[in-house]
Amino acid sequence: MRNKFEQELSELHEHLIYMGELCEIAICKATAILLKNESCKAKTVYDVESEIDAIEKEIENLCLRLLLQQQPVAKDLREVSAALKIITDMERIGDQAADIAEIITNDTAYNHFELSKIGAMSKCVMAMVSDCVTAYVKHDLALTQAIIKKDEHVDALFEEVKQELILFINKNIAEQGKLAIDLIMVAKYLERIGDHAANIAEWVEFALTGNHKSYSMKE
Amino acid sequence: MDKITINSINLFYDDFQALKNINLCLPAQNITAFIGPSGCGKSTLLKSINRMNELIPDCKIEGEILLDNKNVYTEYDVNILRKKVGMVFQKPNLFPMSIYDNIAYGPRTHGVTKKADLEEIVVTSLQRAAVWEESRDRLNKNALGLSGGQQQRLCIARTLAVNPEVLLMDEPTSALDPVSTAKIEDLLIELKKQYTIVIVTHNMQQAMRISDNTAFFLLGEVIEYNTTDKLFSIPQDKRTEDYITGRFG
Repeated sequence: MRNKFEQELSELHEHLIYMGELCEIAICKATAILLKNESCKAKTVYDVESEIDAIEKEIENLCLRLLLQQQPVAKDLREVSAALKIITDMERIGDQAADIAEIITNDTAYNHFELSKIGAMSKCVMAMVSDCVTAYVKHDLALTQAIIKKDEHVDALFEEVKQELILFINKNIAEQGKLAIDLIMVAKYLERIGDHAANIAEWVEFALTGNHKSYSMKE
Repeated sequence: MDKITINSINLFYDDFQALKNINLCLPAQNITAFIGPSGCGKSTLLKSINRMNELIPDCKIEGEILLDNKNVYTEYDVNILRKKVGMVFQKPNLFPMSIYDNIAYGPRTHGVTKKADLEEIVVTSLQRAAVWEESRDRLNKNALGLSGGQQQRLCIARTLAVNPEVLLMDEPTSALDPVSTAKIEDLLIELKKQYTIVIVTHNMQQAMRISDNTAFFLLGEVIEYNTTDKLFSIPQDKRTEDYITGRFG
């Protein structure tokens, strides 16, 4: 029954998995520039971001075609509409990874600041994005809740980085102004990526249950 | 308030049980859609509401159907019942006579004889059924000369002419083009302000667009009955989900 529709839904799932993987790669490469001093690799992040933009358009077209031709209802409609929302957040993640790559410049010695918490933020948001894709593909509702919970951890890490940077500025204001501003922006972008991952988790939950914190089909 | 209450209806065609323990409450001034695969009993239930099942030999019905809390089988004269509960079918079934006479046919059989009264009924009915503009200049022409969509709206006008309270519609747009379908759907949404409408449809999107409540039938049973929004968003029964998502037919 509805073989073509089933095939196209599988195609949608595969594209979303791929887009999620690209987001992880973008975050990983962008933060590596900071943490591993790989400044020459900023272009690779921009390339990944372009690929994310392209796959977003492809998924968007596929979703619109599915809505038009298959007129899905119930869980099928939720999956397609959730996919349309998810790709917007994924696209923003790609943009923010590229922004991080742009901020980090090789004329600044970032290792004058203890970077372990920014590293922890990066690891955490990558895991969140990866879990989002897993939750979507495996219909894992518990995992969506865990992702939303993890965002609180990312927010807490951001606050800690902020406090540490305030102390750092107090001690080093004259010579380390650029470093402090760059790092607060990197931390903020990572914090925003965490928010986008939490948004994705909420849309995965919607696809699975019909419940969304700002909108419910059960009402 | 419920206009129609269906209590424990079992219906048999000879040995075959077409309806199994149906219980439904159909609210007044609402559109209720009956959906389900062919042969699941939805048209049979529709016809039972105005006792058209009695026209079928060896049809036996148990349980009760109440219209305004009165049993349609024991407390209504069948002619009065069918005046209150009009029906529109899949294919337009106009009489081979003029537009005017088609609309005036029902009121005449119910004793309206004054020309002025009949004229008023004809005009009002055609206006309510949104077919007045297309028919006003050809009232004395044969109704069968109209297009399919116009004929179907004329059938609705003919039903409205006897001032019913309930409209039963058995796939009223399945033979119509999308423009005529849209006109009928707009008309039904307008008509529900005054009438209680029950519609059988195979068009899921139509049920979603126009109905307030939907009942899903399968093998003579009502599997799920809920508001249309809920039934098509988060169906409670897997069989409903499988049917509306096209995974079985």
